[in-house]
Amino acid sequence: MIDTLRLTAEEAIGLLERKELSGAELHATYIAAIAERDPELHCFLSTVDEPVGAGIPIALKDVISTRGVETTAGSRILSGYVPVFDATVAERCKGAGLTLLGKTNTDEFAMGSSTENSAWGPSRNPWDPTRVPGGSGGGSAAAVSAGLAPWALGSDTGGSIKQPSALCGNVGLRPTYGTVSRYGVVAFASSLDQVGPVAKNVRDCALLYSVIAGRDPRDATTVELPEPVLLPSDDRLDGLRIGIPKQIDVLDAIEPGVRASFDQAIVRARELGAEVGECDLPLSFEYGMACYYLVAPAEASSNLARYDGVRYGQRVDGATYREMVERTRDAGFGPEPKRRIMLGTYALSAGYYDAFYGQAQRVRTLLIREHRAALDTFDVIATPTSPTVAFPLGDKATDPLAMYACDVLTIPSCLAGLPGLSLPCGLSEGLPVGLQLIGQQFGENTLFRAGHALEQAIGFDTVPTRYR
Amino acid sequence: MATPTPSWEPVIGLEIHVQLKTRTKMFCRCSSGYGAGENTQTCPVCLGFPGALPVPNRQAIDWTIKLGLALDCEIAARAVFSRKNYFYPDLPKGYQISQYDLPSCVNGNMLVPTENGDHVVGIVRAHLEEDAAKTVHVGGATGRIGGAETSLVDFNRGGTPLVEIVTAPDISSSEEARRFLQLLRQTIVELGISDAEMEKGTLRVDANVSVRPSGSTELRTRCELKNMNSFSYVARGIDAEAARQIGVWESGSELLQETFDFDAATGTLTPRRSKEEADDYRYFPEPDLVPVEPSAELVERLRAELPELPATRIRRVERDLGLDQAVVLVSGGLDGLWAAAVAAGADGKVAANVIANNVVGAGVDPAAVSPGELARLVGARDRIPRQAFDEAIGKLGEPGFSAEPYLADEAVSDEALLEPIVDAILAANAAQVEAYRGGKTGLLGFFVGQVMKETGGKANARAVNELVTKKLAG
Amino acid sequence: MAITRGEVLHVARLARLDLRDDEIEQLTAELGAILDAVGKVAELDLSDVPPTSHPLSVVNVLADDEPEPSLALDQVLANAPSVDGPLFRVPPTV
Ligand SMILES: [Mg+2]
Ligand SMILES: [Zn+2]
Repeated sequence: MIDTLRLTAEEAIGLLERKELSGAELHATYIAAIAERDPELHCFLSTVDEPVGAGIPIALKDVISTRGVETTAGSRILSGYVPVFDATVAERCKGAGLTLLGKTNTDEFAMGSSTENSAWGPSRNPWDPTRVPGGSGGGSAAAVSAGLAPWALGSDTGGSIKQPSALCGNVGLRPTYGTVSRYGVVAFASSLDQVGPVAKNVRDCALLYSVIAGRDPRDATTVELPEPVLLPSDDRLDGLRIGIPKQIDVLDAIEPGVRASFDQAIVRARELGAEVGECDLPLSFEYGMACYYLVAPAEASSNLARYDGVRYGQRVDGATYREMVERTRDAGFGPEPKRRIMLGTYALSAGYYDAFYGQAQRVRTLLIREHRAALDTFDVIATPTSPTVAFPLGDKATDPLAMYACDVLTIPSCLAGLPGLSLPCGLSEGLPVGLQLIGQQFGENTLFRAGHALEQAIGFDTVPTRYR
Repeated sequence: MATPTPSWEPVIGLEIHVQLKTRTKMFCRCSSGYGAGENTQTCPVCLGFPGALPVPNRQAIDWTIKLGLALDCEIAARAVFSRKNYFYPDLPKGYQISQYDLPSCVNGNMLVPTENGDHVVGIVRAHLEEDAAKTVHVGGATGRIGGAETSLVDFNRGGTPLVEIVTAPDISSSEEARRFLQLLRQTIVELGISDAEMEKGTLRVDANVSVRPSGSTELRTRCELKNMNSFSYVARGIDAEAARQIGVWESGSELLQETFDFDAATGTLTPRRSKEEADDYRYFPEPDLVPVEPSAELVERLRAELPELPATRIRRVERDLGLDQAVVLVSGGLDGLWAAAVAAGADGKVAANVIANNVVGAGVDPAAVSPGELARLVGARDRIPRQAFDEAIGKLGEPGFSAEPYLADEAVSDEALLEPIVDAILAANAAQVEAYRGGKTGLLGFFVGQVMKETGGKANARAVNELVTKKLAG
Repeated sequence: MAITRGEVLHVARLARLDLRDDEIEQLTAELGAILDAVGKVAELDLSDVPPTSHPLSVVNVLADDEPEPSLALDQVLANAPSVDGPLFRVPPTV
């Protein structure tokens, strides 16, 4: 009898290779686990009970277009929308024989940090169902932690892979911008969106990354990987230079328990031979959030203009085209997309462009320079992934700015287009704490190597206590 | 003493949209060909499905640069696509991808040869963008948009590449505008980047028109004219609008900035409804695309591919034929055939007339004509019977055509044979003879024509001419 | 950095959102607070700093002009809320 709570994708591949069970049996096992635990957690918006293919099952965030399977991006305006084409990442998963288990819950259009902004209701944290799994990719992260999928794909704009992985106690990678195709991924903010893997450990994460990464002729913003993906095996960190931004010492938002686990992880890193030093990212901490909440909404306001009720999705009729479009969009979008569409439209509109969007683009240049400078001295930058552990549902739902602050530590490197890995580094109040490692552009292999060694040393048990 | 009302001069700038004849669309690889079933040349990209992304057409970018070079533009070392945001059913993404503050081509000009020197029309910019889809308005009153009960959208045309050319307000009459457009069109066609046919909509012209007291340099309020789908409509639209504006100023009132649609049927201008809020397109750099930075090698390769431009050829042909004939030949793409015929021994002026009138008149494709055979016909024009000549011209385009059989056919110029016919004609038309002798010498052609008719076109026109003149004088 | 109700209405029209009155009230307050926070970026003098619209430094990513198959018509229209034969149907534009 397979324990999906513990089975890693790599182990599952072994089972199939040794013919100890079939892909169909494996798929059925996860469908059964979903039937058992998902009614409480609500990780899945839809499931595919009959596997297509014979390989390892996978769950995909509902922003990823899947041919013939409803894709709503967590929004009412796309309810009933069934793509006639596969996103490139979905195609590559199929090509690798991975079978689609289902589509996972997300904040509407990936806009949020708790999955409470889903039009289809929130997902819950497997460690404590009264708390959020993080967001926007809470469905994928919670599903992997709860053994409802061996691994999953998420999408990360300002932290939507890293932060939920931290809050759910699993491993998530936000890849270098341009290494994974966005074709067929419902767009939030084009210059920031990246698809990435969520898994139980770093090796699975690297394995799934190797499946989806690489140039896609359908996405003009993708590039070929400069070096092949290497599965990490080394459990030492000799010579690795880790920089810790001194700004986190004065960031009150970081909970003491989170800081303690983070410091423990750094101690381990030293024991493994890493050289730890202090780096300086003043502008990133001072202006990162402001920059992000101008750039992302501006791009979103334009990306969400296509939802007009003409070619797909929900329509609310009207006497004129304009009336139809305005009613459709008002009824179809929830509060968060409306807020960001309004904010972004304002930031781009005549008279405000230079002060807001234009200025934010220049700040972005400085953040890129600042990170490049730090990464000249260090191989990776380390911070906690989230300043807090998972918070109770409803806690921040009424305060947009409080919700935005969840991503204060993940956002700057996203603006810089750099890869970030989050892995569990301990518990605080019985809830997982995430360690964020930021790498150089295309530095995924370094992140995998560092993450794997730390993972071994930390020995975090990814199975939520209540399921043990 | 009453001040004389000033005479006015129009100030005209043109915006020309040229649809490139690439095989595929600007940002997806759907065919951009004509005549396919509605919405059958569409894909997730040109339908704006969620997650679909644009990838620019290399050919369209090369052709835009080529056109820029032909218009003497500076080619941008870095061109950037932006998003122009607005809502309309024919705009599937809610924005049009278009070069904005960093277009591919800027600061060019085109020389339009005129009787008094070259008329220089500045080219402010030439940028690349994607076309909108086609919206049909059905039901309601007489298909007018206002009365439509519903609109239907066909996305086949959506996303095909357009180059938008913006001229400086350097044009000061509808005739100048027509000549400029004629020359620009010929240039585009010869570059092989578009069929540039206004009837088909592959060439679209909008005009910005204002007027000012002649001689002044001020720029007054301008109005925009749209939907003029032939050069003559452009000219008529400009004249109508200039006249209207002069009327407004002279009546002492202020001119409002407006946009008009030209109604070809009535030749009148109808104002467009003004929108409730001012346009605010919220342009910003298209984050799904990266910049276009053409290498110096590419630009030089494209420059080397440029044909000799029509304006230059007009000036050269003008030396032999005068400006008007030169413009006719070059704008008609006939000067190549003309030069070849001359090289093959034809007389320049006669050859030009034969090509511009007979060959074109007979609907013969100039490209199919053998210059050598044409030269032989030109040389024999006054010697062989008109009938034979016309018949030969009609067959000029046929493969393997030879002038030989027609050249043998000598026209009758023997006075002994012609005289009785001429006498009979004059006798039969005593009144006209009187009139002629009374000074209406224009009747000469009438008598000659009668004789030619009588001889079934076999008489030599020059011989008949001389004989008739002599007799009438006598 | 407050935003007026009038500005909110103008932006809503640009964005084609037919907001209810209660939505307008709430958004006026929320956007005001958010703009205060993001308005920070105006503090910096960045006149000599070039803007970044993209974290990637590649250029000239283009495709050859080679046709590929389009979608079948039934797929084109599969998700359409309203069609008329092969065409998408929308209410009159004016
Ligand atoms: Mg245009
Ligand atoms: Zn297409």
